[in-house]
Amino acid sequence: MTLPALLVVSAALFGIGVYGALSQQSFVMIMMGLELMINGAILAAGAFWAFSSGGEPKGQMLVVVFMTVMAVEAAIGFALVINIYRVRKADITEKLKKLKT
Amino acid sequence: MTEPLDALFWLSSTVAVFSAWRVFRADSMVRAAYWLMGSFVGVAGILVLVGAEFLGLVLILMMAGEMTIMAVFMVMFMMNPAGLNPMNMVHQHRTSLLAGVLSFVGLGAIALLASFPQAPPPDPAAATSDLGHELLGGSMLVFQTAGVALLSTMIGSIALAAQRGRYGSAAEGSEEPGAPIDEEDA
Repeated sequence: MTLPALLVVSAALFGIGVYGALSQQSFVMIMMGLELMINGAILAAGAFWAFSSGGEPKGQMLVVVFMTVMAVEAAIGFALVINIYRVRKADITEKLKKLKT
Repeated sequence: MTEPLDALFWLSSTVAVFSAWRVFRADSMVRAAYWLMGSFVGVAGILVLVGAEFLGLVLILMMAGEMTIMAVFMVMFMMNPAGLNPMNMVHQHRTSLLAGVLSFVGLGAIALLASFPQAPPPDPAAATSDLGHELLGGSMLVFQTAGVALLSTMIGSIALAAQRGRYGSAAEGSEEPGAPIDEEDA
């Protein structure tokens, strides 16, 4: 268990997240891709905290901030999906080719 | 690092990456949500192994709630939540795959080639109490800002998801009504 090994795992999670966020049509699946990217970032922050900072508590604070970002992304994402479904009856990106109907 | 810890690290890493890949290969969106949960459990396991026990457990608790909401959401809105038919709702597949692979290769190369500062590993017993003192001490402003951001998010989410939109029912769109015409002036 070394810093490069942890960073490679986090790079893999981020790469899969990028693939998902760009390739999926369903809004919720795109959100899952975004969450996987943040998941990779959380792992990288945790790895740097453990191996490079020597246990500096501010490193853990960065992880707390990432978790907040994830919660905000999920809540606003769900609310937007509900709103778009009400107004446009759309649940995939292909139904939203125009910004204004 | 001792061998059992290394074995647990590789097990958690495999769970995290394999589950992440299965998210976009599952036929049911509900199953995809639980595969995503599996990926978060893998990352939380690694966080516990490196000594950030509190953050690892908070991650699992937070994501368990979020994934349950996501699964209910799928059943409410999305087609084919049960996974009875194969699901392949993708676009620009090759470009996305290329972007994902390039991200992985780029970040992986940085991880392997760059030289990062090395420091002795933290004391796991002190990590949680250190975080507690940091949350209510030096980084209290960050902590409070995160709290206010979450409160604003809750208010914004309720406003966005409410049945009633700005100009009447949200289902009828959000067209602004025209300005009232004063007939005497016309």
